[in-house]
Amino acid sequence: MNAYSYYPGCSLHGTAVEYGLSTEAVCQALGVELREVDDWNCCGASSAHVANRWLAHGLVARNMRLARATGLRDLVIPCAACFARFKETQAALADPETAAAIEEVAGGAVPRDLTIDPLLAILSEPGLLAKLQAAVVRPLAGLKLAPYYGCLLTRPPEVARFDDPEDPQTLDRLLRVLGAEVVSWPGKTACCGSSLALSRTEVVLDLSHQLLAWAEEAGADAIATACPMCHSNLDMRQGQMRRAGKGDHALPVYYFTELVGVALGIGNSELGISRHLVEAAALLGRVPAGTRS
Amino acid sequence: MARVGVFVCHCGSNIGGTVDCAAVASAAREMPGVVHASDYKYMCSEPGQRLIQDKIAAEQLDRVVVASCSPRMHEPTFRRTVAAAGVNPYRMEMANLREHCSWVHGDKPVATAKAVEIVGMLVAKALRDEALRPGRAELSKRLLVIGGGIAGIQAALDVANAGYEVTLVERTPTIGGKMAMLDKTFPTLDCSACILTPLMVDVVQHPKIRLMTSAEVEEVHGFVGNFDVTLRQKARYVDHAVCNGCGTCWGKCPVKDVVSEFDQGMGARTAVYLPFPQAIPNKPVIDAAHCRSIAYREAQARQAAEQGLSPEQATKLRPVGPDGKKLPPCGICEKLCTTKAIRFDDEDALVTERFGAIVVASGYDLFMLDGSHDEQLAPEERKPYYGEYGYGRHPDVITALQLERLMNASGPTKGEVVRPSDGKHPRAVVFIACVGSRDEKVGRPYCSKICCMYTAKQAIMLREHDPRVESYVFYMDLRAGGRSYDEFTRRAQEVYGAHYLRGRVSRVYRKGERYVVQGYDGLLGRPVEIEADLVVLANGVTSARGSVELMQKLSISYDGYGFINEAHVKLRPVETNTAGIYLAGCAAGPKDIPDTVSQASAAAAKVAGLFARPFIETEPTIAEVLAQRCVACHLCDEVCPYGAVTFVEQKGGRLAAQINPAVCKGCGVCAAGCRGRAIVLHGFNDQQLLAEVESLFARPLPLRPARRQPEPLIAE
Repeated sequence: MNAYSYYPGCSLHGTAVEYGLSTEAVCQALGVELREVDDWNCCGASSAHVANRWLAHGLVARNMRLARATGLRDLVIPCAACFARFKETQAALADPETAAAIEEVAGGAVPRDLTIDPLLAILSEPGLLAKLQAAVVRPLAGLKLAPYYGCLLTRPPEVARFDDPEDPQTLDRLLRVLGAEVVSWPGKTACCGSSLALSRTEVVLDLSHQLLAWAEEAGADAIATACPMCHSNLDMRQGQMRRAGKGDHALPVYYFTELVGVALGIGNSELGISRHLVEAAALLGRVPAGTRS
Repeated sequence: MARVGVFVCHCGSNIGGTVDCAAVASAAREMPGVVHASDYKYMCSEPGQRLIQDKIAAEQLDRVVVASCSPRMHEPTFRRTVAAAGVNPYRMEMANLREHCSWVHGDKPVATAKAVEIVGMLVAKALRDEALRPGRAELSKRLLVIGGGIAGIQAALDVANAGYEVTLVERTPTIGGKMAMLDKTFPTLDCSACILTPLMVDVVQHPKIRLMTSAEVEEVHGFVGNFDVTLRQKARYVDHAVCNGCGTCWGKCPVKDVVSEFDQGMGARTAVYLPFPQAIPNKPVIDAAHCRSIAYREAQARQAAEQGLSPEQATKLRPVGPDGKKLPPCGICEKLCTTKAIRFDDEDALVTERFGAIVVASGYDLFMLDGSHDEQLAPEERKPYYGEYGYGRHPDVITALQLERLMNASGPTKGEVVRPSDGKHPRAVVFIACVGSRDEKVGRPYCSKICCMYTAKQAIMLREHDPRVESYVFYMDLRAGGRSYDEFTRRAQEVYGAHYLRGRVSRVYRKGERYVVQGYDGLLGRPVEIEADLVVLANGVTSARGSVELMQKLSISYDGYGFINEAHVKLRPVETNTAGIYLAGCAAGPKDIPDTVSQASAAAAKVAGLFARPFIETEPTIAEVLAQRCVACHLCDEVCPYGAVTFVEQKGGRLAAQINPAVCKGCGVCAAGCRGRAIVLHGFNDQQLLAEVESLFARPLPLRPARRQPEPLIAE
């Protein structure tokens, strides 16, 4: 039994509730125990680290202390933005002076033996990937997917230490295991505009429009992502783009966990697929129902 | 009674700005043994040296202390000065008031006090200086040139033309190096082959040059005039003494799909091959890794051993490959060879020879995006670079040298520039400059110097090949320093219409059959996108594969990038820090062809100058064993880094150490280690060193300001 302490972050309880639902459903199906960190707080993403370095590190450091209090050394973080914040602080701890300052802000010793991984990395570990392959009952045959990593999962590479920063393959491999066809497209690690959604929406509309256009050009039926921020920009703003004259997109954007769930035969409602803004159930309806019991 | 003269140099303001040189001279006059002391602005200049010589004569000096700079540069200068005035050159000491004092201090009174102390130490040492005479060693007047590119070719020809014997070793099967792969050369657009191949022929035909291709340096021992070098002649499987280069073998070889190194992967070759039609020697070699006959023989021997067969049974065994199928014995080349030159049982051969000098012209490699040249890292730690350019993923993203092969009339496409993916002629070509140059992130912060120029050349040549081609060059800065160089890059833009965009590229992606290059135009201040048919990466220069290993064998100093360090960047640019070993070309950092050839000829001039001497003078500042005190404990032998110690039987049968004066470098490790004080290091003997230390601690310190108490040297 694999057990991890689990930091959902605000998204998985809010705008990305379907990411949270599908994460929990999939992990349960694969025998991965998630022990949610008790009393976790905001990771500081998108605002704290540009406002105050010590606030940013302090928020993460408190979470790291609580994560270690679960008794587990491995922490899994589905949200790419949270993951990036945690890794940044973890890297900062390598410098003794910075570490001392962070611990002062955090009010105590911050664990150094915590391993921090994105959920994508956990589900792609060879053992679990083999287990997943065996458990697929409804292969996503005929589904052409554009794997979208976003900018935060792999960058900066010396901090994230996850896959190739320009041409990552983890999600590609996972989607192929699910039986889907993976298209080659230029947007894998391009920026969606991220939190500029609030301050300079037009930038996000441009960048996200570009991503959707690239995916469509590559012949993708949908985009698969591992980042709530990317998902909200890509899924939520397609109507806004249309009104702004930036394409006429109707491209579903899935969390990779939703796709894993479908392949495992878990129902749409349990995975939260009805919660998408761009209609997402119809495409999945084209996938033949499972044949294996 | 010894008569010491002290000469204090201001070194302009280098010393004079921080040290009161007149005060140092007057303090020196009070030191025991000193009969004269004076100061002067530049002691190394003609008037400065004349001052020393005049005072030697006037004051009958027999020892001299020059208080100036580090002995690294000017010890030979001042030794010559005093020797010309009749003082033994080893009775000249240098007190380093610059690197050890003025450059590292700011406070003038304190620096002056320290300068007096330093001078005092050297005066104390000088009083105990012996009159030493240099030894003599043989001088072998044969040159070894390592590397057969244009640098090695030029150096070999120049020295051979001066009448000396030269051996040129090259690790690949042909000489010519990178220059042989080029189509045209900047800024004159000379055909590279037309200017290089005649020199290659000169090398092979020169009566004084012995050419060894497919050969490498295995071991190097000895010193200037007497280097004992072991060379490895790698197995070629073709006897070049018999082969007449007819070409039947490579014409009939059934293995036709080996990636051609010479064509940078743009073409294929056979297993028995000539790297290119004008290769020198113009005779083939067999690539054992791809030859069917050799694979057959190796599998046969291995499987026979596994089955425990006798030798004659083994020859009848039909070996099988990893797929279980019987291997073909092939041997076609052997059957067809009219001169019977094929030797499938060829083996590497080692040969040790003596050379008087070595020129290292081991060249460079282009920066590879797969990280394979990061030899300091374990293979699994090497990472690919510049993933955003898609090299390796996109077939039409190629390197500049690959384009060079496509443009070359004897290249894989006979000079047709076509896309590797579909063989179509490109219309829009994007060049990306500084790939692996001036980039800390990839560990190459230095400028590779040649890429701006070769990119302009390629943009010009593309238009010459096809007037419809549009070239776009993303560059950081245009570095075209050199005669007619800036005019050349302007011509690329103004006459040949190349579009230069100042900025970096962030992404290259495929769009249908073409590619989109996204970048930033810093002059327009906005992002740009260019659709291209072909993307050419202007790779920078990196040190050649295996260069660090070679430098270590040669005991010469190299920098953090694997390039050789010159003995002095400005004044000794073709010498290494090891006497008798010279350098030429890109082994000492990025260079274009004119600079490389200049350096090669300069190195050749140095070698000819060395070989013009009748013998080698050896330094007398070396260690000597006092045999009667030696107990043959062997500690000196253990610590000696040069293997200079042997043991010789004395009267009465006991052993005593002996130090070979030709091998000893005077490092002093043995003298320091000797428990019985049986070893004297001439020029630095115990009496001299102890006198220096005593001078420092026994003397009252006259110029130290009273209000400043010295820090205790040892914490109490």
